Amino acid sequence: MGMTMTQKILAAHAGLDSVKAGQLIQANLDLVLGNDVTTPVAVKEFNKIGVDKVFDKKKVAIVPDHFTPNKDIQSAEQCKFIREFAHEKEVENYFEIGEMGIEHALIPEKGLVVPGDVVIGADSHTCTYGALGAFSTGIGSTDMAAGMAIGQCWFKVPSAIKFVLTGKPQNKWVSGKDIILHIIGMIGVDGALYKSMEFVGDGIQHLSMDDRFSMANMAIEAGGKNGIFPVDEKTLAYVKEHATKPHTVYTADEDAEYDEVYEINLAEIEPTVSFPHLPDNTRKITEVGEVKIDQVVIGSCTNGRIEDMRVAANILAGKKVAKGVRVIVFPATQKIYLQALKEGLIEKFVQAGATFSTPTCGPCLGGHMGILAKGERAIATTNRNFVGRMGHPESEVYLSSPAVAAASALTGKITNPEDIA
Amino acid sequence: MKANGSVFKYGNNVDTDVIIPARYLNTSDPKELAKHCMEDIDADFVNKVNDGDIIVADKNFGCGSSREHAPLAIKASGVSCVIASTFARIFYRNSINIGLPILECEEAVKKIDNGDKLDIDFKAGVIKNLTKNEVYQAEPFPEFIQGIMAADGLIQYIKNNLNK
Repeated sequence: MGMTMTQKILAAHAGLDSVKAGQLIQANLDLVLGNDVTTPVAVKEFNKIGVDKVFDKKKVAIVPDHFTPNKDIQSAEQCKFIREFAHEKEVENYFEIGEMGIEHALIPEKGLVVPGDVVIGADSHTCTYGALGAFSTGIGSTDMAAGMAIGQCWFKVPSAIKFVLTGKPQNKWVSGKDIILHIIGMIGVDGALYKSMEFVGDGIQHLSMDDRFSMANMAIEAGGKNGIFPVDEKTLAYVKEHATKPHTVYTADEDAEYDEVYEINLAEIEPTVSFPHLPDNTRKITEVGEVKIDQVVIGSCTNGRIEDMRVAANILAGKKVAKGVRVIVFPATQKIYLQALKEGLIEKFVQAGATFSTPTCGPCLGGHMGILAKGERAIATTNRNFVGRMGHPESEVYLSSPAVAAASALTGKITNPEDIA
Repeated sequence: MKANGSVFKYGNNVDTDVIIPARYLNTSDPKELAKHCMEDIDADFVNKVNDGDIIVADKNFGCGSSREHAPLAIKASGVSCVIASTFARIFYRNSINIGLPILECEEAVKKIDNGDKLDIDFKAGVIKNLTKNEVYQAEPFPEFIQGIMAADGLIQYIKNNLNK
C-alpha cells in the first residue's frame, strides 16, 4: 500500500522503508522550536534530563515573540530565563528583539526549514511550514525539552484527508485565508483531528507562498496534526531565495490511502469570515449582515506577511479609518517591516489612521498591544476567535483576510472589499 | 493508578484559552496557573474543585494552543483525570508527557452528569459511576504510551532510556 506525502517524510526520518497510519515511530528532528511562553517550561524539563547540551546547536530555534517587547516584569523574567539558556547552550538560532519576528514567519524567512524536513515546535501553529513541503507540527514544552536533548520525537503516524484544489480564484479579494476558513467551516474544528491535511491539485499553482503559509498555518484550527503542500516551482524559488541547507522533495504515492477526499473549486470561494467563538463558524462575506466593530487587527503568524501588508495598505491608501475604530497593523518580521517601509506601505497605514507595530504575537492571543474590553468586537486576520481570546471573556473576535479587515476599518462594520474599491 | 472524585462536566471544544487564558501565561508556576483554571467558562471551578475531582467533556477537549500550561493548570488544581469523547492532539500528548491521566470514552461522556461520583482504574480503562451504579470501558492506551505513563511522564522515560 502506498504512503501519503507526510508518511513518506516520517518514514525517512524514522529510518524505515515504509510506515502506516497508527504506527508509533521515533523520528529524527531537523528543527526544534520554542517561544517565550513555552520555552521556560521546556528549559525546566530539559534540566531534569541531565544532559549538558542540546543535541545540535544549529537545530534548535528559540524565538521570544509572544509577550515581547516584554509586557511586564514577569514576562521579562521569562525572556531573561530563556535568553540565558540559549546563550549557555550556544543555541545558534536565538532571535532577540531587533532581529526577531513572529516565529512562523521568521523560521521560513531565515531558511531554517526546507522541503522534506521534520520540525516540532512548542507552538500550535508550527504546522505553518507544511507550505514548504515539510512535516511540521505543534507539540508541548515537554516534547520540546526531549527534542532538544535527544533530537528525536515519538509520533503516531497520521492518516490523511486529501483536499483537491481545482480552478482559479475568480473573486480578486480571495486569498489563502479565505480558502482555509472555507475548509474549516466545511469540516469543523475537529474535522481533521489527529490527521494530515494534504493539499493537492491544479489550483495550487494559483496560490502564492504567502497564501500557502496562511493555509498550512490554520490546519491546527481543524484539529489537524499537519497541513502539507506539494513542492512546486514557487516552493523551490522560495527555498532558493531563503535557504542554503539541502532539501528533499517527497511526493505522495499514487495508491496512497486517504480517509476522505474533498474537491474544492477555488473559483467558487468567496471572502469568508469566522464568527465567534469558533473558527468553523464561517459565513460568506455576502451573508455577514450588519456587524459593527471597535477594533481591527491585521497581522499575526497567519496574515502578517508582505502580501497581507500590501493588500491592506492599498485598500486603506488615501482614505481614513472610520471614527471610533482602532486599527492595529503588525508585520510578522523585521524584514517584512523593512519591506513595508521601502514600499511606502507604512505611510499609507499611518496616513489612514492605523497604528503600525513592531512584530509581536501580542494582540492575537490577548497578551498585550490591543486587548478588548467587555462587550467589544474586533475583526482580526489572526487564527482563533475562542471565548476571551483577545481580551475580556465577553468580547468577540471575527476572523477574516487582510482585505476584509482593511475594508471593515474604513466603514466600522464588517465589509466586503468589493463595496469599497 | 486510580482516581476517585466528583465530576465537572463541560461540552464540545473546550479550548486551551478557556482552560488557562493567555493573560496568565507570564508565569509557568503550576500553582499560580491553577488559580485561574477554567476561569473564562466556569468562574466558580477553582472554588469548588476538590483533590481527586474529574473533568468530563465532549469532543475535541483542549483544542487550540500548544500551551502545556493547560494540562499543568488542571493537574495542579487537583483534578485526577480528564475523560472526553475525543481530545485535541497536542493536549493529548501534553497530558501523557506531564502525567495527567486522560481517558477517551464516548459512552461515559454521554451517561455521566455533572456532580456524579466516579471511581476510575486507568490501567484497565474502567470507569465506575458510583452515583448511577454504571460501568464504562474506555479504550486502553497503547503499550508505548503506557510505558511513558508508567515512568511518570516523558522526561523520566527518556532518563531511564539514556541510562540503559
